[in-house]
Amino acid sequence: MEGYAYARPTSVAEAIGVLQADAASGRRSQLLAGGTDVLVQMRSNDREPRTLVDVKHIAETNRVDIGDEEVFIGAAVPSAVLNENAQLKALFPGLLESADLIGSTQIQGRASIGGNLCNASPAGDTIPAIIADGGICVIAGPGGSREVPCEEFVTGVGHNALGAAEFLLGLKFKTPASGSGDAYLRFIPRTEMDIAVAGAGVALTLDGGGACTAARVSIGAVAPTALLVPEAAAALIGTQVDAAALAAAGAACSAAASPIADKRGTVAYRRKVVGVLCRRASAIARDRALNNIGGSQ
Amino acid sequence: MSRVHVTLSVNGEPREMLCEAHQSLLDALRDELGMTGTKEGCATGDCGACSVLADGRLVCSCLMLGVEAEGMDITTIEGIAQGSELHVVQRKFLEAAALQCGICTPGFIVAAKALLDQNPNPDETTIRYWLAGNLCRCTGYDKIVRAVQDAAQELAYEA
Repeated sequence: MEGYAYARPTSVAEAIGVLQADAASGRRSQLLAGGTDVLVQMRSNDREPRTLVDVKHIAETNRVDIGDEEVFIGAAVPSAVLNENAQLKALFPGLLESADLIGSTQIQGRASIGGNLCNASPAGDTIPAIIADGGICVIAGPGGSREVPCEEFVTGVGHNALGAAEFLLGLKFKTPASGSGDAYLRFIPRTEMDIAVAGAGVALTLDGGGACTAARVSIGAVAPTALLVPEAAAALIGTQVDAAALAAAGAACSAAASPIADKRGTVAYRRKVVGVLCRRASAIARDRALNNIGGSQ
Repeated sequence: MSRVHVTLSVNGEPREMLCEAHQSLLDALRDELGMTGTKEGCATGDCGACSVLADGRLVCSCLMLGVEAEGMDITTIEGIAQGSELHVVQRKFLEAAALQCGICTPGFIVAAKALLDQNPNPDETTIRYWLAGNLCRCTGYDKIVRAVQDAAQELAYEA
């Protein structure tokens, strides 16, 4: 058996070349961004030698572009770097909070939201936040690049939509309109450094009168993958995001959840809590949106 | 198995090392460069004993590969003191008895220095959150937090 190898491509084409060469020779490739999941997995349950393809040295995976129409976040940008970007934080406070919840200061210095997404844990904190914000995965591959909505990217526990010789370049978002706000909340029994028992991400837009014109709600850690919950969004749209609408959205999330029972929570508990988190996150997103009405962010 | 030649800077000194592709930066520092100040606690990124700075950013060296350090500036615990003069964080750890067995101490000192470098006047909550990724099974943390507060206070007087 051949040993481990390390490749450090500096262009998209070079990275695809490495992935294709491995595929052709039947050798396993492993995409590597911050490594905070990959290295741990490589030392515990999955020790098979492979080529580690470090995608951190490609311009596209390191880029953060904030335009009037579109925001692009490179797949390998560390969470700490994202959270130091004041403009990004003003546009997507919920998304950046979800990234900031993951791990310690040390982990934040390496871990990326692209990696969190590709790792495809049911409890990945950034995933419901990205889905709520309408994130689109930009995937590079031998045939050029393609785009997949984030809610379709994670296909199962530990599985994603990347095909042979493909890798995630980054995430694309529509630049939020004025009157928009997002939020992500999770429940953990500790105050820090834990894995979500349940999580909820909400993004919504209000008109000048405070009525909700658009919303997306996503829940995490209560199903094999994070789920988009259109019924919860429908409960918010057209309302003032008042107590009745919040309760209806929360109930929709509880109904959409299909959690497992484990040491961190029972099925009934997770169902209840995800509804509570949806209500609270929706209220935070609403208040953020109210602060943004009329102003450019 | 072929080894990879890595050129990097460690505590301001140019260094070279031969790493296996999957060897952690922690193991490379300890086994290839003989710098054993950086400790292994968990090797899964949970305990922070292996904390180093990579291009100025606090990371767990167990969650980086040695080969990823190519071209980087790495600061380890060995680079915190100036010659025989301890850094104020090191001095305050001694004065406040903020260590017992000492395995976690290099990581705490590297992490605390990184905090004070970017935020010279952190409140207690900030210190506790910043150091949440450093685990200590002896002190109960209060002495560590006080040592960092004392260090910040002394730095403020000097400024």
